[in-house]
Amino acid sequence: MLSSRLAVAVVLAAGFACSDASKAPGSAAPATGTGAAPATGDGDVVRLQGAGASFPAPLYLKWFKAFSASKGVQVDYQSVGSGSGVKSFIDKTVDFGASDAAMTPEEIARVDVGAQLIPMTAGAIVLAYNLPGVKALRLSRKVYAGIFLGEVTKWNDPAIAATNPGEKLPDLPINVVVRADSSGTSYVFSRHLSAISEAFAKSPGTNKMPSWPVGTRSKGNEGVTAALKTTPGAIGYVEYGYARSQGLRMATLENKGGAFVDANTASGQAALASAKLPDDLIVWASDPDDKTAYPIVTYTWLLLYKRYPDKRKHDALVELVDYALTDGQKEAEALGYIPLPGPVVERVKVAVKSVTTGG
Amino acid sequence: MPPDASAVVTQDLNPFAGIDFSRLERSLRRPRTLMGFLLDTLVTGTTALALFPLFSVVWMLAWRGGKRLSVAALTQLPPSPMEAGGGFGNAIVGSLFMVGVATLLTVPIGILTAVYLARDGGGRLAGAARFAAKVLTGFPSILAGVFAYGAVVLLTGSFSAIAGAIALGILMIPTIILTAEDALRAVPARMLEAAIGMGATPTQATWMVLLPTALPGILTGVMLAVARAAGETAPLIFTALFSNYWLVSHGHVAAMRPTASLAVLIFNFAGMPFDNQIELAWAAALVLVLMVLAANVVGQTLSRRQVTQ
Amino acid sequence: MPDAISRPPSRLQRATDQVFRRLCQATAGLLLALVVFIVLRIATAGAPAMREFGLGFLTGTTWDPNQGRHAILPEIWGTLYTSVLGLLVGTVFGLAAAVFLAEGYLGQAVHRALTALKLELRPGWAQLPDRLEQLLRNLVELLAAIPSVVYGLWGIFVVIPMIRPAAVWLHANLGWVPLFGTSFSGPGVLPAVLVLGIMIMPTITAISRDALISVPPKLRMAAYGLGATRWETIFAVILPTAARGIFGGVVLAFGRALGETMALAMLVGNSNRISVSLFSPANTLAALLANSFPEAGPKQVAILMYAALVLLGITLLVNVIGAAILQRASRQLEGAR
Repeated sequence: MLSSRLAVAVVLAAGFACSDASKAPGSAAPATGTGAAPATGDGDVVRLQGAGASFPAPLYLKWFKAFSASKGVQVDYQSVGSGSGVKSFIDKTVDFGASDAAMTPEEIARVDVGAQLIPMTAGAIVLAYNLPGVKALRLSRKVYAGIFLGEVTKWNDPAIAATNPGEKLPDLPINVVVRADSSGTSYVFSRHLSAISEAFAKSPGTNKMPSWPVGTRSKGNEGVTAALKTTPGAIGYVEYGYARSQGLRMATLENKGGAFVDANTASGQAALASAKLPDDLIVWASDPDDKTAYPIVTYTWLLLYKRYPDKRKHDALVELVDYALTDGQKEAEALGYIPLPGPVVERVKVAVKSVTTGG
Repeated sequence: MPPDASAVVTQDLNPFAGIDFSRLERSLRRPRTLMGFLLDTLVTGTTALALFPLFSVVWMLAWRGGKRLSVAALTQLPPSPMEAGGGFGNAIVGSLFMVGVATLLTVPIGILTAVYLARDGGGRLAGAARFAAKVLTGFPSILAGVFAYGAVVLLTGSFSAIAGAIALGILMIPTIILTAEDALRAVPARMLEAAIGMGATPTQATWMVLLPTALPGILTGVMLAVARAAGETAPLIFTALFSNYWLVSHGHVAAMRPTASLAVLIFNFAGMPFDNQIELAWAAALVLVLMVLAANVVGQTLSRRQVTQ
Repeated sequence: MPDAISRPPSRLQRATDQVFRRLCQATAGLLLALVVFIVLRIATAGAPAMREFGLGFLTGTTWDPNQGRHAILPEIWGTLYTSVLGLLVGTVFGLAAAVFLAEGYLGQAVHRALTALKLELRPGWAQLPDRLEQLLRNLVELLAAIPSVVYGLWGIFVVIPMIRPAAVWLHANLGWVPLFGTSFSGPGVLPAVLVLGIMIMPTITAISRDALISVPPKLRMAAYGLGATRWETIFAVILPTAARGIFGGVVLAFGRALGETMALAMLVGNSNRISVSLFSPANTLAALLANSFPEAGPKQVAILMYAALVLLGITLLVNVIGAAILQRASRQLEGAR
């Protein structure tokens, strides 16, 4: 039987063996791609630090890792939430930020060197449900707004049955799952609901943390997913990529034109195309007109300063954005995001030119 | 009761002379014995029940993350989404660094403060300091992070491992101080008096008698504090952020840059919809628990050696 | 070193003494300054919200950011309710485990087993009781090592499904009891209280065990000599003598319970309701902070800092009450030292 001391010795030995490997990252197993040596000695590696929204984090992490490995820079990103990302961006403790809710004019005004927001990708928000035996669920606008207002409370409600003629809807109460924490996802979803329902716009209205009249609250997309998976009769809103990766069933929603649409790249891009991008590149597709559009879609923005005194950082950042807009967009679909439509990419490229160095 | 009551001793010295052992009885029908037996069972049962969560959690970690535990996982950098393999080596180094720095900062300050509170306990400064430490016990971990953001990150202009260590230190210090003070007070007064009677200054008495005797109790407090700090996420998100690169590279410790840590890695990866990341999160949690266990055992070994010296 | 103190102190030693004492005083002052600084920072950050909402913040029950109405009474209730219940759970289990460890049940049982097998003097086996006791101590302290995020996940994946059948049954059959008044929807007071109790248990166990074993053996022997059974000794002599130390551990644990952020944010249900029911979702101040802070803009930050100040105030109040209780109790009990 291992005595405590022997166990300690084993663990410590393992620890030391591993930390020795950490002292020489260049010689670590190359599977993670950091084998590429930085251009010059340490301290000369260009480092970019970003923080912000958690919604695009998986895609950003993938981009930044691939970009860092190939160019010998180190780009890091941590999801702290859109609000904290904007705060850090204003405080100048990061090199760039990210936000699902863009920035308000007051917030932009507080950045002394000026801020340039550029949409980098987009995503759809789906209504995932847990109904054993129901293979496809079509929800009309009135119904899904009503569910989140607490007006539609049972699954075999006639309004739901009307749009699902072939399905056998159980006599279960609708267990609504909403977000406990403040989030950009809630902001976009509540914004959409406010656009399609006057009652919702009055209360709870558009907010990062709306006071939902009904529903159990779970923390984060992962909390909502866990609740959905373990509660029969549950329905909640999550990001499309999340629902897809976790195998959740998604409802087909009725859009403004009256058509029932699933969330996918085509319907997402149709929604984005219907929202004209103004000069500051901030727009909300709260209720797209297009008949093939999926109704709940949003851009997510990268926050850049208008001026970067460090030329190397500026150049690295511009290259990074360029990579993201070209090769990077190819990765978007696999991870569950909507690639930017071509015209949008062109406008973003133009906007990036206004980010300068020097001064 | 002596283990061998039938040892051969002289009649006069045998305290059990004349007692017929076959007539001694321990009957559960006696109320006092029954009460004792019931309480024994209750306490044993409750303790066993209390250990159930531990086994449940460790089982959950081992079952969900055990298969990812390998040298590769301990030495590689975090994978990006949809990428296989990878590990959390930099998070281990980061956690060790930040908890280590926090411990180095708080243990001396904490013990010295506790010495002051235990020796000069009645004064106004002592009373106020003790009260301050108690107020800090209920400090939510996220506030420690927010405060350290304002005090350190904004001052230095960047997220850093040092800021993370400071935030952790704020959470550790009340436990260390209050436990150490109680441990110091528990040292019998006559030991101190003996030392002073021999001519020791109060400082010498503290160093040669008080601290060594109270060391096990102080160490308990330190271990509790370290265990807590190792697992805290919220303070680190606002101070040390996270990094997908090594803390130490080319012989240079990047202490003033964002740093990875096991707690934040678990938080990040558990919230992602990719199985690779989720499994790594569980494996990292298992590694974290084992590391703290190792620290505990090391601490106990050190304390035992000190006492028997 | 030992003969350094058998002579009157030299000048160097006296100077060192002065310096050391001043140093200790300085660190105590440093701690006080730090805490005052922290409280002031939070107070100034929350000042705008304090001016806007005043004391109504503490008594109102609506949290509707859209309409600009904020009030934290449900959170204050939730914090106190979950912390007190969690402390109850943690103390019951923690004290039982501390007594189990301090009395050495495991060691004695193993020793008896070894004696029965006639192994108790063999070199390898003789240390088995001590080793197993040590192992048990480490296992209990291991509970303290588990990160709160993991506790939250464990609560979601293991605890909630486990108590669901019992909760549903209790609500269906004993729903008239206010404690079981609402239906079980997953996260809520009960899962949060259970996990919270487990999280603070190691603190209580470790500190209480230290207090129990530091009771002088002669007290125990005196009680045995007078004919007391083990448990009579424990209740009449050991626990009262160790009470002060145990209480210190309980106070620390309560503080931890009040401030626990991550696990509760995932388990307490985050709903602004005031209810006595164990199955109802609730909210705590720390969880509110954790959930709202990442997305908070400058105005919301002020409101959250106000809530944080209230939490610190509650901790203060709890400690004042605890100190008063301790004063009252130590006047009655007096252990021999």
